[in-house]
Amino acid sequence: MTKIAFTINGKQVSSDVEGRTLLVDLIRDELKLTGTHVGCDTSQCGCCTIQLDGDMVKSCAMLAAQADGANIVTIEGLADGDKLHAVQQAFTECHGLQCGFCTPGMIMASVGILKANPNPSDEEIVKGLEGNLCRCTGYVNIIKSVKRAAELMKV
Amino acid sequence: MYAFEYLRAGSLAEAGDLLSKNPEAKILAGGQTFIPTLKARLAQPTHVVDVARIKDLAGITVTADAVTIGAMTRHVEVGNSAEVRKAIPALAALALEIGDQQVRNRGTLGGSVANNDPAADYPSAVLALGATIITTSREIAADDFFQGMFATALAEGEIIKAIRFPIPKRAAYSKFHHPASGYAMAGAFVADTAKGVRVAITGAGASGVFRWSDAEAALAKSFAAAALAGLKVDDSNCIADLHAGSDYRAHLAAVMTKRAVQKITG
Repeated sequence: MTKIAFTINGKQVSSDVEGRTLLVDLIRDELKLTGTHVGCDTSQCGCCTIQLDGDMVKSCAMLAAQADGANIVTIEGLADGDKLHAVQQAFTECHGLQCGFCTPGMIMASVGILKANPNPSDEEIVKGLEGNLCRCTGYVNIIKSVKRAAELMKV
Repeated sequence: MYAFEYLRAGSLAEAGDLLSKNPEAKILAGGQTFIPTLKARLAQPTHVVDVARIKDLAGITVTADAVTIGAMTRHVEVGNSAEVRKAIPALAALALEIGDQQVRNRGTLGGSVANNDPAADYPSAVLALGATIITTSREIAADDFFQGMFATALAEGEIIKAIRFPIPKRAAYSKFHHPASGYAMAGAFVADTAKGVRVAITGAGASGVFRWSDAEAALAKSFAAAALAGLKVDDSNCIADLHAGSDYRAHLAAVMTKRAVQKITG
């Protein structure tokens, strides 16, 4: 077992983990933050995307032990109390979801896109979302949502 | 995933020590290939030695004639480095075409090159630019390093410290993305270097990355896409799988080479 400690959504946590424990399993099963989803478990769908030290990563393609000392934000940590994050607000306004399963990952990936590029074109949004799959194929409204979020973030 | 013990090395000396004490240990870098491999139970190490935080393996240094990149430098860092973009723009552009943003935020140069996946992007840049792989025990020329699919000149316990890329006169990379995985169905890195024109093809070869010598000879005579007209990549040693046959991959490799040349000549 490996003793690890990290910050998640502003809270300091520590845990004893097996070497093979995936970060996403620690987040969901032990910390009960079930907004981060497991869609494919083969690091293709991006539903498990979280922010680690400022960068969007797939938490199913990381060992929990690799996150020792990190600062993590999950979908639960985006909103400020009752005030939704601009990307969450935009997905709501533009109906950027259908079944909603991929949405936490889509929103986290979109936060990453807008962090690197506050004014992305449609093409840049599509490229930025390459690591996320929506099996409802609701991409048109997802792209709209990211554009709307860019507007909201400028205000 | 089979059970294993996770060990984090704080220094190269410690990593070497952990690897020699545990003969069935494997090195973990960014993990973007290795962790899915472990999850699929395609590897069963007793120990996993995480080298990602070793300070000696980080950083980018640019001199007048070369760019040296630490093995644990992530793709996003190479792609966004103002220095790399200035010295070898094709290398920075290649880094930003790997996988997706999440993969680029974790995956490393050293991990990609040590793994030598036949469809990985970096090996083509390493080979075409005639880079040197600097390891814990020696320096290895790119031409001697890649030894077939997933095979390299690295010995047991030998760790890539950095890769030194000579700055070419001009270079470009062109890749046909697999629409689902993002891996190269075929990718061509064309470099006009002090030692002549070098063309490296990834994604297509059944023995991994290879140099396309016919294209190199043609481009040495006339550096233009037209010089490649009629030239064909030998498909007898190209990958055939459910995504594409070997003849199609050979064809794509030639098209990607032309596109790379066109990127350079405009």
